[in-house]
Amino acid sequence: MSKKTALYDQHIKSKALMVDFSGWQMPLHYGSQIQEHHAVRNSVGLFDVSHMGVVEIIGKETVNYLRHMLANDVVKLKNTGDALYSCLLNEKGGVIDDLIAYRFSDDNFRLVINAGCRDKDFAWLQKQAEKFDVTLIMRDDLCLLALQGPNAIVMLEKIFDKNVSEKIAALKPFQFYVSSPTVIARTGYTGEPGVEIMLPTQQAITLWEKCIELNIQPCGLGARDTLRLEAGLNLYGADMNQETSPLISNLAWTVSFKDDHRKFIGRDALEKEKQAGISQQLVGLILESKGVLRNHQAVKINGDGFGEITSGSFSPTLNKSIALARIPISHATNAMVERRGEWLNVKIVKPPFNK
Amino acid sequence: MSDTPRDLHYTESHEWVRIENDDTVLVGVTDHAQHQLGDLVFVELPDMHLTLEKGDEMSVVESVKTAADVYSPISGTVIEINNQLSEQPDLINQDPYGRGWICRIKPDNLEELDELLDADNYEKIISEEH
Repeated sequence: MSKKTALYDQHIKSKALMVDFSGWQMPLHYGSQIQEHHAVRNSVGLFDVSHMGVVEIIGKETVNYLRHMLANDVVKLKNTGDALYSCLLNEKGGVIDDLIAYRFSDDNFRLVINAGCRDKDFAWLQKQAEKFDVTLIMRDDLCLLALQGPNAIVMLEKIFDKNVSEKIAALKPFQFYVSSPTVIARTGYTGEPGVEIMLPTQQAITLWEKCIELNIQPCGLGARDTLRLEAGLNLYGADMNQETSPLISNLAWTVSFKDDHRKFIGRDALEKEKQAGISQQLVGLILESKGVLRNHQAVKINGDGFGEITSGSFSPTLNKSIALARIPISHATNAMVERRGEWLNVKIVKPPFNK
Repeated sequence: MSDTPRDLHYTESHEWVRIENDDTVLVGVTDHAQHQLGDLVFVELPDMHLTLEKGDEMSVVESVKTAADVYSPISGTVIEINNQLSEQPDLINQDPYGRGWICRIKPDNLEELDELLDADNYEKIISEEH
């Protein structure tokens, strides 16, 4: 039996095509995922991402605990209302999940984790927490909505009080504002300006309906995937997993080695990997001819060996197929992708694709 | 709910066939199929003059989500292709039984169509898929 978010009835009302995603009944699209994609790139779109997990961490040793658990360093978060992106690693340096950590105070953080990783993450976080003075709570009472697009911030004036919307407009990316019980963060997964909003069920339904009344386009997981791919943002489970390190996943920038004394889980493995020499990289591919690149298609780089597409799809903005691929370290600017027994020419680029 | 015109023939693999006055046939994919595929972004059209056996792969339609083979519902020769789909693959989404047709085939034997499904039987098949 797959789970429903608190907004299930709202999706049905908006004529969503519902699909199973990591055990959740989620909207794939509300008619046309390409139209939804363009709405976010050109104006504004609304997403229900309540399938994602919110882990509340409370306790005196919260900062030390997270400095041990996360590859990025939460001491970078100086103030209440600062957030950062990080990987959660295993001892081998493989990625258990990617997440955003929100600092409410020295003894209170929240982590937002992927839907498909909820149980495994929580078990892992809980196991490691035994050695620290912290308490973990899975906040299943909260919903998560995302409002994304160049008009998202202006639209907030019609959704929140003037005082609140001005506070949000003044935030920089990866900062958040608390208008209790609602938390509004300048984060997202589309490559556009916008916010992600954490709030209790009833408020979430009210906010969703208000957005629909304002004619904001509801967007499903289909558009979410093409938007994140164009923005060059990794998808957990496709572009990285427990077998791949952040160093070969275009995520080296999210690993903080700065403090020599910080022995975060996975550090030893990553340092060994660096010493041995990084052999692979995650790059962007653009297909110049017609067709669509797909996950797991083989990539051939002349003289430098083979790789594989980790996320392939269609870019509505470029009107071309694009992909992320893991390939050997190479200076090549072109490669070939095997599709149905044919080798197609692709250009190797550095994401994002939509700039 | 998907649309299933009464006057067409259907296959279990979600193609439709319309007999034209000159005994040639138009072939496309059904409303149900386009709905399942989602927004189409690319159509690989069959070559002109291609000779097909019933059940041969004749075309590939690709949506953002996935690629699907289109099988020839009848044996014959491709005598016209819908080139407009190269520029506007989403015609299949907008008008699957009209402007979204894929190709015209000159059948070897029109009686082969009797083996295909009528609208009622096709509707039964798609309702059983759910």
